Amino acid sequence: MSRQAQSLLVTLLGSAVLRLSLTDVYLRYVKAGLRPYLLVAGVLLIAIGVVSFWRDVLVQRQPSAGRTAATDHQVEHAGHDHAHGPAVAWLLLLPVLAIFLVAPPALGAYSANRGSAVVGKPTTAFAALPPGNPVDVTLSDYASRAVWDKGRSMSGRTVRLRGFVTPRKGGGYYLTRITIACCAADSRPIKVGVSGAAGGFPADTWIEVTGRYTPGTEGGRNELIPRIQVTDVHEIAPPREPYEQ
Amino acid sequence: MTEARTAERPPAPRERPRGISGTRSLDVLAGLLIITVAVRPLLGGVLAHPAVQAWATVFVSLVIQAVPFLVLGVVISAAISTLVPPSFFARALPRRPVLAVPVAGAAGIVLPGCECGSVPIAGGLIARGVSPAAAFAFLLSAPAINPVVLIATAVAFPGRPGVVLARFAASLFTSVVMGWVWLRLGRSDWLRRPRRPELGDLRRWEAFRVSARHDFVHAGGFLVVGGMTAATLNVTVPRGVLDSVGGNLLLSVVVLGTLAVVLAICSEADAFVAASLTAFPTTAQLAFMVVGPAVDVKLFALQAGTFGRRFALRFAPATFVVALCCALAVGAVLL
Repeated sequence: MSRQAQSLLVTLLGSAVLRLSLTDVYLRYVKAGLRPYLLVAGVLLIAIGVVSFWRDVLVQRQPSAGRTAATDHQVEHAGHDHAHGPAVAWLLLLPVLAIFLVAPPALGAYSANRGSAVVGKPTTAFAALPPGNPVDVTLSDYASRAVWDKGRSMSGRTVRLRGFVTPRKGGGYYLTRITIACCAADSRPIKVGVSGAAGGFPADTWIEVTGRYTPGTEGGRNELIPRIQVTDVHEIAPPREPYEQ
Repeated sequence: MTEARTAERPPAPRERPRGISGTRSLDVLAGLLIITVAVRPLLGGVLAHPAVQAWATVFVSLVIQAVPFLVLGVVISAAISTLVPPSFFARALPRRPVLAVPVAGAAGIVLPGCECGSVPIAGGLIARGVSPAAAFAFLLSAPAINPVVLIATAVAFPGRPGVVLARFAASLFTSVVMGWVWLRLGRSDWLRRPRRPELGDLRRWEAFRVSARHDFVHAGGFLVVGGMTAATLNVTVPRGVLDSVGGNLLLSVVVLGTLAVVLAICSEADAFVAASLTAFPTTAQLAFMVVGPAVDVKLFALQAGTFGRRFALRFAPATFVVALCCALAVGAVLL
């Protein structure tokens, strides 16, 4: 692969990274905290790529340019084993195309169905829920309180949860969120079984449910899926951040 | 690799016809871009399948998440090979490689990042005359024992500082033992000297830029190979199967060690995944965190690209065995 093509690929990948991190699209793939690093990396890659490309073009136009440029040029053409060049570098095109042309969606019901829902045991006692009725609770907080506190800290309270729909084998569905620690490769699902006036929704629909804790868990080996008894369910727009951390 | 050959060959005469291959590569690149854009609508059905989408999401995540660390590694590597004089390393490391290995392993504490960045840095160190054994000790320890990773581990295992200490000790032992193993058994003909662009005549910053781009393009291609492999395994290996082997200590250590190789999770995030594998004994979770930063499918691709396949085929399995043994030993003492 020639130096110009390399420079162009580096520029393209830098642009792809920058494009993702300038909008909220990057949140489909990595945690929010990585944004500054993505911005810096994108700008650096574009700078390296553009400067290199410009210098290569300059050298091609002016063969008798200064010593530095001439050496730079020799570096490129001295070896003639172009077939043995870093052919693997062509693969850098793949993430570029995936980002610009496909921009795959955030992980959803398909991945949630395949992963086991595990609720980590907290080390500190559960704080009282904030005032309000109904009170907004994240799905991981709800699952944690339900599984490890038997719902005590939520007794007598009405809670409001948001998540997407993952169909349950044998009817009904789970209210689901995907949690990530760093990127979508380390994702884990959190599921809450919905009973009561649940209605029916297609997979991956984002919904908001209002209801009360109800005892009992379900799920296979090593899965802990708490339940909620709902009184109201309605569809909502997908949130800005698809994952909980 | 075009640039690298220069090191062994005399510079070509200036009258040589130039630009032919350059134009060809650019044409191919432009052609590929146009074809993909044109074919994209036809692929709509395939791309809408949930498994394909999940694969693409995990693949893009792995690559995107690694890019900042790879850029950091490439920039540090370029700085090592162009701005830091070789005499610095001669002074900083003990002259005897047997002693340089533990010093280089402990020096891994200072590099905040994950494993993708340390491969080009180790290549840069070797190019600067550091003994390969010491560079490999640094390669293995840096992604595992730096403060960012240790803090992440402490957060993932709250109230259990023993896990953090065990991770630090087991990873440091793994890196030092592998450095010594290489000193004793390693053969230099297994190791393809990292290909470096010829920088001798270039001005400093020019050399820095050429070196950084060279390293990035090279490592980046292999990062994509590793990302594709890891995404495929991530989407196809059913996690539920794993939960049934939690009882047996030795078996569970091997299983979680293998899982770490297969999933190729960034070392800054692997503690959270390890902590979620609650069905397994803590020593097996430790093995997951010790193996992950030292050997996984993504790292294997990066190592094969930087040091050659003959090297990676020997080094990676040896590292896997040493890492499992260190995790078992440290786990028996500390956990």
